[in-house]
Amino acid sequence: MAATAQTALQVRELAEDRYKYGFVTDIESERAPKGLSEDIVRFISAKKEEPQWLLEWRLKAFRHWLTMPEPQWSSVRFPALDYQDAYYYSAPKAKGDGPKSLDEIDPELLKTYEKLGIPIREQEALAGIAVDAVFDSVSVATTFKAKLHEVGVIFCPISEAVRNHPALVQKYLGSVVPYADNKHATLNSAVFTDGSFVYVPPGVRCPMELSTYFRINAENTGQFERTLIIADKGSYVSYLEGCTAPKRDVNQLHAAVVELVALDDAEIKYSTVQNWYPGDAEGRGGIYNFVTKRGACRGVNSKISWTQVETGSAITWKYPSCILQGDNSVGEFYSIAITNNHQQADTGTKMIHIGRNTRSRIISKGISAGHGMQTYRGLVRVTAKAEGARNHTQCDSLLIGSKCAAHTVPYIESKNPKAILEHEATTSKISEDQLFYLRQRGISVENAVALVVNGFCREVLQQLPMEFAVEAQKLVAISLEGSVG
Amino acid sequence: MARQAISADQLLQGFDAGKGALPGRGLPWLANLRAQGRERFRTLGLPTAKLEAWRYTRLRPFEDTQFRPATEADGRINVDVIPALLKGAAARIVFINGLYRQELSNVAGLPAGVSIEPLAKALAAGSGWIADHLGRVAGETPQAFFALNTALMDSGVVVKIARGTSLDLPIEIVHVSGLTDRPIMYSPRNLILVEEGASATVLVHHVGLGAGAYFVNGATEVDVRDGGSLRHYTVEAESIDAINLATAHVRVGRDAHYEAFGLAVGGRLSRSEVSIRLAAPGASCKLNGAYLMRGAEHCDNTTVIEHLAPHTSSREVFKGVLDDESRAVFQGRIVVHKGAQKSDGHQLSKALLLSAGAEIDQKPELEIYTDDVKCSHGAAAGQLDAAQLFYLRSRGIPEALARNLLVQAFLAEAVEEVSDIGVREAMMDKVVHWLPAQCYLQEQWRGR
Amino acid sequence: MGPMLDIKNLHVTVGEKEILKGLDLALPAGEVHAIMGPNGSGKSTLSYVIAGREGYEITKGQILFRGEDLAPMQPEERAAKGVFLAFQYPVEIPGVTNTTFLKEALNAIRRSRGESELDAMQFVKLLRRQTKELGIPDDMLKRSVNAGFSGGEKKRNEILQMAVLQPLLAVLDETDSGLDIDALKIVAAGVNRLRSPERSTLVITHYQRLLSYIEPDRVHVLAHGRIQRSGGKELAAELERTGYAEFKAVAAE
Repeated sequence: MAATAQTALQVRELAEDRYKYGFVTDIESERAPKGLSEDIVRFISAKKEEPQWLLEWRLKAFRHWLTMPEPQWSSVRFPALDYQDAYYYSAPKAKGDGPKSLDEIDPELLKTYEKLGIPIREQEALAGIAVDAVFDSVSVATTFKAKLHEVGVIFCPISEAVRNHPALVQKYLGSVVPYADNKHATLNSAVFTDGSFVYVPPGVRCPMELSTYFRINAENTGQFERTLIIADKGSYVSYLEGCTAPKRDVNQLHAAVVELVALDDAEIKYSTVQNWYPGDAEGRGGIYNFVTKRGACRGVNSKISWTQVETGSAITWKYPSCILQGDNSVGEFYSIAITNNHQQADTGTKMIHIGRNTRSRIISKGISAGHGMQTYRGLVRVTAKAEGARNHTQCDSLLIGSKCAAHTVPYIESKNPKAILEHEATTSKISEDQLFYLRQRGISVENAVALVVNGFCREVLQQLPMEFAVEAQKLVAISLEGSVG
Repeated sequence: MARQAISADQLLQGFDAGKGALPGRGLPWLANLRAQGRERFRTLGLPTAKLEAWRYTRLRPFEDTQFRPATEADGRINVDVIPALLKGAAARIVFINGLYRQELSNVAGLPAGVSIEPLAKALAAGSGWIADHLGRVAGETPQAFFALNTALMDSGVVVKIARGTSLDLPIEIVHVSGLTDRPIMYSPRNLILVEEGASATVLVHHVGLGAGAYFVNGATEVDVRDGGSLRHYTVEAESIDAINLATAHVRVGRDAHYEAFGLAVGGRLSRSEVSIRLAAPGASCKLNGAYLMRGAEHCDNTTVIEHLAPHTSSREVFKGVLDDESRAVFQGRIVVHKGAQKSDGHQLSKALLLSAGAEIDQKPELEIYTDDVKCSHGAAAGQLDAAQLFYLRSRGIPEALARNLLVQAFLAEAVEEVSDIGVREAMMDKVVHWLPAQCYLQEQWRGR
Repeated sequence: MGPMLDIKNLHVTVGEKEILKGLDLALPAGEVHAIMGPNGSGKSTLSYVIAGREGYEITKGQILFRGEDLAPMQPEERAAKGVFLAFQYPVEIPGVTNTTFLKEALNAIRRSRGESELDAMQFVKLLRRQTKELGIPDDMLKRSVNAGFSGGEKKRNEILQMAVLQPLLAVLDETDSGLDIDALKIVAAGVNRLRSPERSTLVITHYQRLLSYIEPDRVHVLAHGRIQRSGGKELAAELERTGYAEFKAVAAE
């Protein structure tokens, strides 16, 4: 049988089963009324018992949002969003005032996270990883808080940070991604519900990996989390996020904002394994993942490194970026994106060189299979002051099957003669020679594809923390199951 | 306060009086084509930065300069020496400010099967094949200046190389512009048809005299039929205040080959927008270029190569040097359409920034809709290599000379892609003459 | 029991072109046979069709491996049954380390045979033993499969894989090409070490050189898609002297 025909068959068979996180948790939840209005914004703010300034900020964003057209420039295609046909707040119904400790958490919820392989009971937790678990609109548990507190690291839901650390939040919220940045980020500014807040004090090397696990459960619910991480002078933090959602026929919107701030000599390493429900083999359902992630290297010698493994979502639209303000600051972007079946991804990064001797490195590996459609979109901008700036970009696309598409759209702008910019990109088919060679040695087609693709992605996988790298490698293989006959 | 660019209508109004004098009067098909072009230009309007193809190039000259149509008197000015580039050419056609100057041209002795005529003459003579091709190779395009050229075309040449004919020596077309009282605009339209199995080389040379402003809005259509081959070179050496916008559409047939090289060494704004369609299996193209800018000059190369059939291949190399406050743009897109299996496309764009005010914006783009392809692009920007510079100086070469040497070596990598030896040498001469004065010493040093 | 490999009246086309035109070959267990022939005689086609490469179509005839028809089997099934091809041009696979690759391959084959998989420790021990015997440095195992390997390293890597996977039938396609005499000796020693009564080897080569180190039981001359002549090892020496002119002449008919 021709490889492609066999592929099509296997894709159909597998697509239904391969998303193992597609279950729904049967839990009572409390929702805001459907739809989007100033009242909903006020409702969310009131639920979170927010100070007046934050409500004002949300309302400012909401009013601005009403005036903004939908962004048209990316290559993703989808029917117009009906913002009124969704819920903007959904929380598992709390018994009384909400959980004081893990013992009070609804056992259904604990089971959910167990099924997802995310242990939130500390005694069962992976040593060295603190987890914040966000379920629909609220954070349900944060582990190892006490241990982190000892060294002064703040790791808590952002709604809690608003109450307990208002000065820090007010100083940095919206300072990297302003409320009027883009349509999706502005919506997030108006209706964000939860997310993580991290503050690492000067000179502290965060003793464990911090991790947030996002789960969309409720139907017709958008998730709008907001994450803010501040690494003060000379500090270091590594942060991981993971995402899943149940299988549903209708598309759900996920419009998150992540802001990172690194001060002098600080370093933030941010890793994402995004595995939202991608929709079925025909392209029904799945998450619209419209995310704004941006980091500011404000201080000298600071460093922000983004690593992402994007295998899920019906549509992914995200460009984790670095604004390299401090002299000698470093920005990195390592990405693996996989689009199979009818998935679409338009992803990449922006590296804005402002300080002197700033450096950036971009490695993007895109894999397109089935009817998958993928675009790398990147901007490297060297401003006139960024003397000695350096960028290296490597952008490779691998195509599996004749119906997929891969685009590479880099913008490379330099205003400084003492800057050196290099960009390389390739697009090619998965090699029949390599697959045959591996099969001759007894390796099945599926495993041969997984091996070749993992080899193709190796430089990026190496950037992930150990525990995540193994998971990511498996995820890469699962995402491509049945894509080659 | 920012000055307002004039509107498409305002620009057209300036040309309404002369409409009746445009070539090809009384040809209904042409009148129709011009009317369509005019309407299209009005609909599209002048390009703004909102258009992806014009993202990095602003039409500033239209904010401060008013252009009038070129007149016969503008074309009759005396030119002492024709700035021809080639010693041996099969034919030479000379235009001054858009006007064909027969007494300065030489088209005698061309072999049978080769026909070269100024557009106006060819239209007057009623050459039937022109109607079948003009505007048809390009088809409907969203390019405002191409449409404007269609409406106002008043200069340019039509070339036809008949089936199986091969012309070894290049045809040289010289456009001299400038030395007018007020800024003029003219619209050369070129049509090149290379029939089945035929081959030819064409060099188009735009050169400015004096320092005045003028605007050349060129458009070219090229059809290389099955098994045919065309080498198509351009040199733009416009005056410091001049604008040269050139839009080309090329169709390459089965097993046919198209080679282009564009050298830009001057002009306030020079923009070349080339679209190549590799329309049938085995079609191939090389699209290369180099640019050298200084002062406040702005150069834009925007290219699209479309692979529409299996087994098509493309190569693209652009190199540029930017001094002072000059600025250059390279936007190169390679599209491999569904079904164009076994295609390969490779592209490279490199720029040297010699000064703190210079700027380069590059956007190499791959758009792939099928899997069995091999495509790549590379882009780089930087300054002269300090280690190389030091090495040369440590061998006793003065710094200025060493710089020139390195710049020249950098550009040579692109210029060497020109397969016609005579044209390649002429191009390299242009490069050397662009460099600061020490380059003459350098020529001696190299023993040229 | 019949021969290990029994090829009967094999016709193979590649694209539109018929390359093998009625090839017969019987290779008993425990023997080493050499296939020699001029360039373009169909030697590589024979190796690919045994391994099951796509695009090599059997239009007539059969390839029986231990009595089973290979034609309907996928390449990996053939490998699991014990067919090994040492490639003339081993493919580079960036990002996949030699160790990972070998472990995947060995465990896939063991699984299909119903044997237990080796854990990392057992595997490393097994690998160390082989690399030592073949004089393969450890860093070659950490590098990506064949990526940036010299010609000699690639061929040695093929032999290492053979030693690890322990096939029943090894087909060596021009394994001697591009090797200097020292590398040739190492490769030959690797092959000879695997010689045993239950294994067979098919050495495909243009030159007699390799056969001085791997002594064949029989030599076959392949030209124009068929075996033109068979004989003992002395045939190889004879060919070395006379060349393939005799067989090329057949082409002119």
